[in-house]
Amino acid sequence: MILEIRDLVKYYDGFCALHEIQMKVQEGKVHAIIGPNGAGKTTLFNLISGMHDITRGEIWFKGKRLNDLKPHLRTELGIGRTFQIVRLFSSLTVLENVMVGRHCRTNAGLFKTFFKFSMKELDEEKDSREQALKWLDFVGLAHKMDQMASNIPHAEQRLVEIARALSLEPDLLLLDEPAAGMNPKETMVLDALIAKISRMGKTILLIEHNMDLVMGISEIISVLNFGEKIAEGRPSEIQDNPAVIEAYLGKKRGN
Amino acid sequence: MLLQQLINGLMLGSTYSLVAIGYTLIFGVLRLLHFAHGEVLMAGSFMGLYIILWTGLPLYITLPLAMIATGALGLIVEFLAIRPLRKDFHLAPLLSTIGVTIILQNLAVKIFGGYGTKFPEAIKTADFRIGPFLISSAKILIVVISLFLMVVLFFIIAKTKVGRAMRAVSESHVTAGFLGVNVDRVVLVTFGIASALAGAAGVMVGISFHAVTPFIGLTFALKGLVVMLLGGLGNVVGAMIGGLILGLAEVASIVILPTEINLQDIFSFGIMILILIFKPTGLFGSRVTEG
Amino acid sequence: MDYLLSVATIAGIYIIMALSFYLPFITGQISLAQAGFMAIGAYGSAVCTAKWGIPYVPAVLFGGVIAGVLGFVLGVPALRIKGIYLLLLTLGFGEIIRVVFINFNYVGAAEGFPGIPYQKYTGLYAYAVIFILIIFFSRLRNSRMGRAFQAIGNDETAAEVLGVNITSAKLMAFSVGAFIAGIGGGIFAHYQEYIEPLMFGVMHAVEFIVFVIFGGIQIFWGPIFGAFVLTLLPEFFRAIQEWRMEIYGVLLIVMMIIRPQGVIGLDTIQAIEKLFQKAR
Repeated sequence: MILEIRDLVKYYDGFCALHEIQMKVQEGKVHAIIGPNGAGKTTLFNLISGMHDITRGEIWFKGKRLNDLKPHLRTELGIGRTFQIVRLFSSLTVLENVMVGRHCRTNAGLFKTFFKFSMKELDEEKDSREQALKWLDFVGLAHKMDQMASNIPHAEQRLVEIARALSLEPDLLLLDEPAAGMNPKETMVLDALIAKISRMGKTILLIEHNMDLVMGISEIISVLNFGEKIAEGRPSEIQDNPAVIEAYLGKKRGN
Repeated sequence: MLLQQLINGLMLGSTYSLVAIGYTLIFGVLRLLHFAHGEVLMAGSFMGLYIILWTGLPLYITLPLAMIATGALGLIVEFLAIRPLRKDFHLAPLLSTIGVTIILQNLAVKIFGGYGTKFPEAIKTADFRIGPFLISSAKILIVVISLFLMVVLFFIIAKTKVGRAMRAVSESHVTAGFLGVNVDRVVLVTFGIASALAGAAGVMVGISFHAVTPFIGLTFALKGLVVMLLGGLGNVVGAMIGGLILGLAEVASIVILPTEINLQDIFSFGIMILILIFKPTGLFGSRVTEG
Repeated sequence: MDYLLSVATIAGIYIIMALSFYLPFITGQISLAQAGFMAIGAYGSAVCTAKWGIPYVPAVLFGGVIAGVLGFVLGVPALRIKGIYLLLLTLGFGEIIRVVFINFNYVGAAEGFPGIPYQKYTGLYAYAVIFILIIFFSRLRNSRMGRAFQAIGNDETAAEVLGVNITSAKLMAFSVGAFIAGIGGGIFAHYQEYIEPLMFGVMHAVEFIVFVIFGGIQIFWGPIFGAFVLTLLPEFFRAIQEWRMEIYGVLLIVMMIIRPQGVIGLDTIQAIEKLFQKAR
């Protein structure tokens, strides 16, 4: 069990976004989180990655309590993420974006940068570039490495975000609606990519609305609605679960 | 003595409120912190000053005239320096308003000189005696006028079509547009109203301080922004109350700690830092979420 | 000839100041305090040479270091504050510095600090510093910290979640920026031979912003270009000199309307590189 969420509660001012969520994420699995809009899925990701504070409860990752840990330290522990709306760095190229992922795995500070006396590049810098290129190639976009990140098509931007998250060598990868805005062909590419990442042994937490993708690729699905977990199980179990159907479609009108 | 200081504080505070309301209105509709708003106040001061100097008109005519003139200045600023900006660079409006500040302040120095200009006696100051206390009617008048303007503004925002449009645009440009609101015009009107209020504040600053310099813009810019932060971004009522609080607090600090150094200005910086660290949404909660 | 040299020297000093603003700016920190840090460097180094007999280079470095330390001090509360509020915080700091020096009798208070030993060939020192800074910034561009700075400037939260320690990065950028400003101040003081608090007011801090925004924000050549051109042009056109500040204001507005990234952008650099390739 790589990630454990215990009694997690999140209040935004008066509004309860998450109410006593329990979740255990098994290592190496593809674990999907689904639910209607506003159910609290992205909030959950934000709490795991540290973007927002936890109101009550705990999050444990690889045996460490994350609650008071600053975001970049959680990343160092091995959590990478992509965002619901793409957040690439607009003044950097595609490759440079992915290289930012290498930041927590390297340590050249200002001093080292300035005071190297040889004209030769820092070995670490060269290594970073190779690693980043490797991950860019992994998502199939090595040929776009020198494009400005904001100049490539939307679906490719999502892939670059994934490459960027992968380059920090995470053990847990949080993917927030990676298929949003993708056409069926692009979604197939994404599907294969997620499978490839999973085969590498990484744990994937996936928020998605595309049910075909979710049902096809996930091993476990947790369903959230109005900040509560209403169901959890294998795809086949979730598909027929009446509470889940009701959450998405409203009460059955008789069948 | 206490009553006098109370009136002083309220008077100072109500000018801060008027400035802060302008900031918060503009922030509401544009998510922009209008750095040059303080210079608009300064312009209002000088306009009021020269209207009185050249025409000798009484205050109840001068004030509306100055407000109209300053409002017009605000419209020009919006039209030339805000509206044409690209939407993709998020720092553009801020930097543009810095540009406006530079222009207005330096023009003022060129036109009016760098030294203070004495504000003529615009109102007959009759001093009232309440018991053993001496209170200047000018100060009370300022408080009354400011409160009146705030009430009028509140009425406009809450009850009129224009006010509803302003609130809609504050929520969302897109949605307001779908509902048939001419967003550009609402922004323009907001700028006009905010600037007119600053102009009123400027005239009253002239009356209460008896002098005007081209450099008061920055001071009031700072105070207004601190008050806006204090009251909550986008929160008009918060700005009203926050201004009064700051005014009273500053007067209190002068009374309690006598020093030659201008501690008042540092006071506002201190408050600003405290708020930003401990309660960034302001005392009364911001009405808008920041980008 | 002498006149040209003096203009070039002043331009050089302002290039240093523009670069001092540019470094924290990359991380999204807009600082109006650089004039204040310049003052600290100016007074600090002047005291060293004029009062304590310390030679020029160590004195200027000393001024820079003190400015850098104070930059660190100011940088800490600045971490939580964004946009216009950072502007106000730094403005306040600059004003506090100025007020302190107005009341600081050891360095002449409001009457100023005369008798600073003139440094021959100040221009050479200024441009030597610029040369070093060019190397620094170009190395920064293709380095881990450089990318981190840009990332923070683009999207601070995303950068943090991707493993960047934004606290230490922003502090670093801010304090080094203050250090550079202090160096500029030190060179300035030993060229002017006389300094007073009024020389380091808010409006000067605003000038540095104008240099950078006009010159270009995407790459460090922008601030260099901006400071150079905007310092030189008024010298050659007396008419501009009188309306200098107003023109700066107009420039700021106009640039935001027609070309927010400034005159020198990545596209400019690429175009220049293409030209060189064709020339081969």
